[in-house]
Amino acid sequence: MSSAAATEAGSPTERLTLVEGVREGLHTEMERDDRVMVLGEDVGKNGGVFRATEGLMEEFGGGRVVDTPLAESGIVGSAIGLALSGLRPVAEMQFMGFMYPAFDQLVSHAARLRSRSHGQYTCPMVVRAPYGGGIRAPEHHSESKEAFFVHEPGLKVVIPSTPADAKGLLTAAIRDPDPVVFLEPKLIYRAFREDVPQNSYEVSLGEASVRREGSDISVYTWGAMTRPTLIAADNLADEHGVDCEVVDLRTLSPLDVGTVVASFEKTGRAAVVHEAPKTAGVGAEIATTIQEEALMYQKAPIKRIAGLDAPMPLHALEDYYLPQAVRIQDGILETVEF
Amino acid sequence: MSTQDDADYQHSIGAAQSGDEPIRVLDDDGHLLSSAEPPALSEAELLEMYADIKLARHFDQRAVSFQRQGRIATYAPMTGQEGSQVATSHALDDEDWLFPTYRDHAAKYVHGADLATLLKTLRGYREGYSVPEDVNLMPEYIPIATQVPQAMGMAWGQLLQGNDDTAVLCHLGDGATSEGDFHEGLNFAGVFDVPAVFVCNNNQWAISMPRERQTASGTIAEKAHAYGVEGVRVDGMDPLAVYAVTRAAIKKAKAPTDDERRPTLIESVQYRYGAHTTSDDPSVYRDETESETWRDRDPLDRLETYLYQTDVLDAEREAVIEARVEDEVSAAIETAERAETSPERMVEHVYEETPDRLQEQLDELNALREKYGDDAFAEVLG
Repeated sequence: MSSAAATEAGSPTERLTLVEGVREGLHTEMERDDRVMVLGEDVGKNGGVFRATEGLMEEFGGGRVVDTPLAESGIVGSAIGLALSGLRPVAEMQFMGFMYPAFDQLVSHAARLRSRSHGQYTCPMVVRAPYGGGIRAPEHHSESKEAFFVHEPGLKVVIPSTPADAKGLLTAAIRDPDPVVFLEPKLIYRAFREDVPQNSYEVSLGEASVRREGSDISVYTWGAMTRPTLIAADNLADEHGVDCEVVDLRTLSPLDVGTVVASFEKTGRAAVVHEAPKTAGVGAEIATTIQEEALMYQKAPIKRIAGLDAPMPLHALEDYYLPQAVRIQDGILETVEF
Repeated sequence: MSTQDDADYQHSIGAAQSGDEPIRVLDDDGHLLSSAEPPALSEAELLEMYADIKLARHFDQRAVSFQRQGRIATYAPMTGQEGSQVATSHALDDEDWLFPTYRDHAAKYVHGADLATLLKTLRGYREGYSVPEDVNLMPEYIPIATQVPQAMGMAWGQLLQGNDDTAVLCHLGDGATSEGDFHEGLNFAGVFDVPAVFVCNNNQWAISMPRERQTASGTIAEKAHAYGVEGVRVDGMDPLAVYAVTRAAIKKAKAPTDDERRPTLIESVQYRYGAHTTSDDPSVYRDETESETWRDRDPLDRLETYLYQTDVLDAEREAVIEARVEDEVSAAIETAERAETSPERMVEHVYEETPDRLQEQLDELNALREKYGDDAFAEVLG
């Protein structure tokens, strides 16, 4: 696993869930750098609605872990000012579906402070938000609109799919000199555990991870969809002898074009799996990048396996909306058998 | 709905208020305060209000229990707040619009929402947001404070079109007063002097954050003055006081006198006895003895005491109401539990006419269902 390579040899590990990986990333970075602070609704005493910040207020105090009034634009706007003042704010949005009031602050200001001031001012801050469906949440709680942020120059967009990556990517995001939107797949917040190094380490932003090597088709995905994609890949190998390479992008902006293209040049076929609506989703960007960079290797049309161009339904139907292993398998087979 | 003229209540109720003290009609035990007049509601109207509060409480208890059994998803409980919700909706005329939040189940029901339909939302069916054609009600608002400028706009539209009979009532929570939308909506309401009533259900907590950490203002009602809107504080666990101030505000919105402005912000001071939602654990952030103090001012108990004292209610009538309420809630649950849905519903009503591309996506999905069976879609993580 690539994150292990980024850690110091011999660091003790602990078995963590993804949300615990997030908490550990915050914890180790707050210990290391006293400029790092956490702010948002319910992040302090309550430890966050998903408990991602549990225990931090007790350890670091109410000056560094701040319960704010209920105001997303206020939280992100004040984080910009905190970053300008020399601090390293990590702002929590309770759900991605509630980020829109903060959108103006992110795209009009955080994203372009560096360019507007010709490099005089920078905005080193992280905005964390749980995203995605599959947990029977109410309306507006299951959004997957990463494309909104990927479309904005000046922002970095990061989505981990494993506990070790969650810790290492968040650490890198906090240390990054530019604003980072860090989206957390809440479907797999507690779905599994893995060994996570206890020391502080970075997983570099902008580097994809090949989760499964294969020769027949490259399947690109990220976040919560990585698990069903890997399940589909195993099923296809067992039942159809199809050998999938699964690439977890981890950072959607800037995109790791090198890894994306290298994998495609190896297999000549591609599918993209995301739960966001299909139209103008990040899948469209990946497909076009492949066309631009590696057309001559292409053996089949590139397939997008995505959410519908409809609002995420309430929970009775969300399992039909999200790409399932069968949908992923079918899409991959269609491409391989083209 | 009462249509009686209560223009003089503001004065009589005002006598029960001093400084920032909320307006009250009943004391903590349900006795009529000597300084207050009860609103001129008929016996039938009083009994209807009582029955609605009783239904709201029963519904809430069953909903929380059903969530625990996994029969519905996340639910926002309202116990402690039903008196205010029921009273504000009773103060509306049929043609008035209601903009509810995700916690205003009782307010919606009283204004004409169907109980079974409401339960369908909780069972995960978007059909639960559907509104009966003759009811002026918006689907519940889940993002915070977004309804405030919209309610203002609906009220503005009534004014622009000369609909003097229609006012708009907009619910919000204390947390909502921190969002930009609250301030933008209230500011517009003052500038355009629209027939709107904003009811802030100040239940003291926005998930884990107490009211004192939401705003440094002494009261929420006082925020109204900055926007040229009238601000009123009322005991939100005194249904008669809530009814009286809301009724007066609705009447003023439609027909102000020369020295009055149409919009009002009512701060309904109340308490959320339970959790923010069934996903929340209040024991992490608040002292539960606080809840006990508020329970001493329970809206259902207080109204019940008052109605017994005034001989509007007796044991026999109470038993009849109780049986009716239980039957109605049970029937709604049965209807909601029989509801069925299908993936077609995901694309219905996204546009007036479904675009070809979206139809193709649905057709692809249905072809896969045909091929693999619905069980293959049961779980994302396999």
